[in-house]
Amino acid sequence: MNPPHTLQSYTEMRVLRTTNIRAKPADMRLSLVCGSLHGPLHAARDQVARRGTSATELTTAYLRQLHSAETQLQCFLAVDDEYALRQAALIDSRLAQGEDVGPLAGVPIAVKDNLCTQGLQTTAGSRGLHGFVPTYDATAVARLRAAGAVVLGKTNMDEFGMGSSCENSGYQPTFNPWDTKHVPGGSSGGSAAAVAAKQCIAALGSDTGGSIRQPASFCGVVGVKPTYGRVSRNGLVAYASSLDCVGPIAQSVADAAAVLTVIAGSDLADATCSQKPVEDYTAGLLPLDNLSSKPLAFKRLALIQEACGEGVDAGVTAALAGAVRHLQELGAEVEQVSLPSFAAGLPAYYVIALSEASSNLSRYDGVRFGQRGAANELKNMYASSRHSGLGSEVRTLVRREMNMALGRFDALLCPAAPTTAYRVGEKLCDPLSMYKGDLMTVNLNLAGLPAVCLPCGFSGQAAGNALPVGMQLIGRAFGEADLLKLAHIYEQTSGVVTILPSVFIESASAKHD
Amino acid sequence: MTYYSMGMQVVRCCSRAGVPGPCTRQWAVQLRSLAATGACRRASSGTCTAALRNVAAAASAAGVATDGASISSSSSSTSTQPAAKVDYEAVIGIETHVQLSTKTKAFCSCASEFGAEPNSNICPVCLGHPGTLPVLNADVVRKGVLAGLALDATICLSSKFDRKQYFYPDLPKGYQISQYDVPLCEGGWVEVVVPDSGAGTSVRRIGITRAHLEEDAGKLVHGGAASLSGSDYSLVDFNRAGVPLLEIVSEPDLRTGAEAAAYGAEMRRIMRFLGVSDGNMAEGSMRCDVNISVRPRGRAAFGTKVEIKNMNSFNAMQRAIEFEIVRQVDALEGGREGEVVQETRLWDEGRQCTYSMRKKEGLADYRYFPEPDLPELTLTEAYVQELRASMPELPRQLRERLLGLGLSQYDVLVLSDDAEVAAYFDAVLAAGAPAKPAANWVMGDVMAHCKEVRLGWEQLAARMAPAALAEMISLIEDGTISGKIGKDVLPALLAGEGGAGGGSVRALVEARGLVQISDPAALAAIVDGVLAANSKQLQAYREGKTKLQGFFVGAVMKESKGRANPKELNRILMQRLAAPPS
Repeated sequence: MNPPHTLQSYTEMRVLRTTNIRAKPADMRLSLVCGSLHGPLHAARDQVARRGTSATELTTAYLRQLHSAETQLQCFLAVDDEYALRQAALIDSRLAQGEDVGPLAGVPIAVKDNLCTQGLQTTAGSRGLHGFVPTYDATAVARLRAAGAVVLGKTNMDEFGMGSSCENSGYQPTFNPWDTKHVPGGSSGGSAAAVAAKQCIAALGSDTGGSIRQPASFCGVVGVKPTYGRVSRNGLVAYASSLDCVGPIAQSVADAAAVLTVIAGSDLADATCSQKPVEDYTAGLLPLDNLSSKPLAFKRLALIQEACGEGVDAGVTAALAGAVRHLQELGAEVEQVSLPSFAAGLPAYYVIALSEASSNLSRYDGVRFGQRGAANELKNMYASSRHSGLGSEVRTLVRREMNMALGRFDALLCPAAPTTAYRVGEKLCDPLSMYKGDLMTVNLNLAGLPAVCLPCGFSGQAAGNALPVGMQLIGRAFGEADLLKLAHIYEQTSGVVTILPSVFIESASAKHD
Repeated sequence: MTYYSMGMQVVRCCSRAGVPGPCTRQWAVQLRSLAATGACRRASSGTCTAALRNVAAAASAAGVATDGASISSSSSSTSTQPAAKVDYEAVIGIETHVQLSTKTKAFCSCASEFGAEPNSNICPVCLGHPGTLPVLNADVVRKGVLAGLALDATICLSSKFDRKQYFYPDLPKGYQISQYDVPLCEGGWVEVVVPDSGAGTSVRRIGITRAHLEEDAGKLVHGGAASLSGSDYSLVDFNRAGVPLLEIVSEPDLRTGAEAAAYGAEMRRIMRFLGVSDGNMAEGSMRCDVNISVRPRGRAAFGTKVEIKNMNSFNAMQRAIEFEIVRQVDALEGGREGEVVQETRLWDEGRQCTYSMRKKEGLADYRYFPEPDLPELTLTEAYVQELRASMPELPRQLRERLLGLGLSQYDVLVLSDDAEVAAYFDAVLAAGAPAKPAANWVMGDVMAHCKEVRLGWEQLAARMAPAALAEMISLIEDGTISGKIGKDVLPALLAGEGGAGGGSVRALVEARGLVQISDPAALAAIVDGVLAANSKQLQAYREGKTKLQGFFVGAVMKESKGRANPKELNRILMQRLAAPPS
């Protein structure tokens, strides 16, 4: 089960990967274009741009896959086929007129339900926002549209982002495509599961304390939590405003980089958004053929000591150890670093996040949004509307410690979660252990630093029972480009992620019967 | 009226029957249970009046028997107050909410105008729609800093915004963006001219604790009654939500209603001189909340503090304070201390009393925390200096300058009350008119005219150029026309016939044949003619009936069509009356 980590197997692995991607249903017509960057996004985009396929055909194919997998996975809260096809038709007509439609022309994308989409219901997974149709697009969504992407629908999430399993959605649980008895993680579980099940090419998620990285880890996909302020929060239904980040979830590092390049950048509507110019995050990503034999020579990496060992599953530890070995083979120096205040981050995170949440959520009083009750007196009306609806010093310390470590190392690494995806219902009665699962991710949000989570192996028995393990690479503030380069090299050479999620295979094979 | 529909399907009709208007599109909320139940609790009128007299005297005396921080320069002594038994003094602090007159709201680009169609100046940001973020309006900061500088406050180069959380239907986000522990302006003072019981005034310096920026809430419109109490339903107009406010908190330096009223008036004047607010109390662009307690004179500790709201003029504020002092002293003297509790009371203009709105149970916990959606507000010293350099003359400086011109205290107060009046007056001076006659004309006939026809002073200047008035004054000063003729000519000038001065008024006067006759020979000829025509009266005069002098003056004036130089006329007439030409 464990993939090989030797440099000698490069070519072999690429063949393996190609085979797997060709296992997509034929009607998707997405054959891998050799020589270009890896990932269905790049492939699809090239196809559409070359008029090999139309945005409408692509959207139709993905909608079919979306609906076929949806009965088992429940990744989406809102899908409007007509709405998606209208966007695709518009892109096709613009392409027909020779217009440059943008870097994501025709790419079907899903959006987490806490990002406002004009004309498409946005509930943040809460009954308290049932029926709310935004009058505007979140900046990240607007930028996707402007780049030619087609928004397929809104993905499920833990209510207002508060939860790590998607079981706390006000509407439905989402199931992990690798094994539907398991949770997809959260809160961006709908987005991660939808990407893993190829219900869309990529998705937007949001990360307040690990909500992109942990589900990406659970679902075996790539998730990027950008530096705080790299992507505008305008239109993101706020959970904890000083921690919230919007970021991409995709099937490859290159795909995630392409989406991030589009959505990042300053925004007049968000005063906390950075003015720093945005790089093309795909520019530094080299195709496998162009990599040298020691592509990570002189890179200094460090494993966070406090994030390994006690409390971390053996399977996760083993997968990470394998990843470390592979990084070393690529030429990187990997040391251990101790961050003594690492554990203090979790309680600090919960104080800050919940204080801000109590403020951000106070407007959802059930009166202006959601299902207002009827009563003859104001107090009674509020009462009837509500029952149906619904430590900054440590922060400084954590930030300082991480930044100091990042002064010495190019990146830090640790698991994105101490376990693989747990079983549905397993932690519902033990929320504390679910919160503790956030230990691996929350410090990043406190420090505002960027991280990429990407698959680094599997844990569990062989023969289909294995669940993906995600590795978290932590970079310097606004160092997304370097971080993505590193992740890309690892991804291209490690040969991890070759098995398609069971649900996907089932639905695909069912179609071909 | 188009009341805004929140979200897609959320707006619905009030469940109660009898809601007027297009109720399907209105957010009709019944607020009955929150309605104030406090009736007007007034002490028996006999005690009340007596107490009022005592306390007014006491408080007024306290006003000038100042604490160390304030200045007193009383022109008419208050130590001559009747020897009423002075037992209590009031301690008063005022929170003033000044609406900053920016074009757009504090955190979004909606217009912040007053009086627009309900819910027409709104957007997802000021409605607190999910996902929206505030972006600070630079003009709010500029106006806040200007106001702070005018109050001699320290401008904090690094301040921040905080969220003040409370729940009320007019607050869309469930919190107000305000400034908590690091306000934009700290410290400061304002000079207040308080009229005292005589014709004099005293000057006091009132400390300013702080001034901070915040946003306004929406406005509740109560249906079926003028206020929440007794209304059947309430509607919310979010036009005002997000309009920028500067909250100015005074030190508890005030002692009387008159001082408070003078403080409010000076604050309004400063804001208007700066052009940062129109200070219109009736439209709510300036609102004062009064904190008031009484204590036995000489005691350092404060008494139980009561907050009074809902006063829509400085006069009302003064009366509310005077009422409240009486009520509190009455209660304390009558052994009913329990009637003075920490609470918010409203001023009832109709009944001229305050009544309890809500009791304050302990300190409200607003759960303040730093607003994560706004970065720290950082200003440079250069920015503040630039604004300081651009400051217009302030009322206090204007008063000093006008006193320096030799004008009376009264003239100074009238002319400096309004920036537009002062600007017009200054323009008349700049055109060469001497101060005193210029003041008399501006404060007299000209001001009366403006009030009568409801003309603003800028509009006035467009009709009667200040230089035209100045030229007319100079014609009076040099004897070309009399003051009386001046008054007759004024309507023509107000109609714009005086042009831009600089000779055009003289031309007008000459064209109308109104130039004064000062030539002794010419006047003598007229006098002689009058005397000759009235020989009988002349005879009587010379026989001792000297009262007839007025008759002759009138006759000569009539003969000269009012143009005779009165002084010269008198001289020549007396000469002729006394000694007949031989």
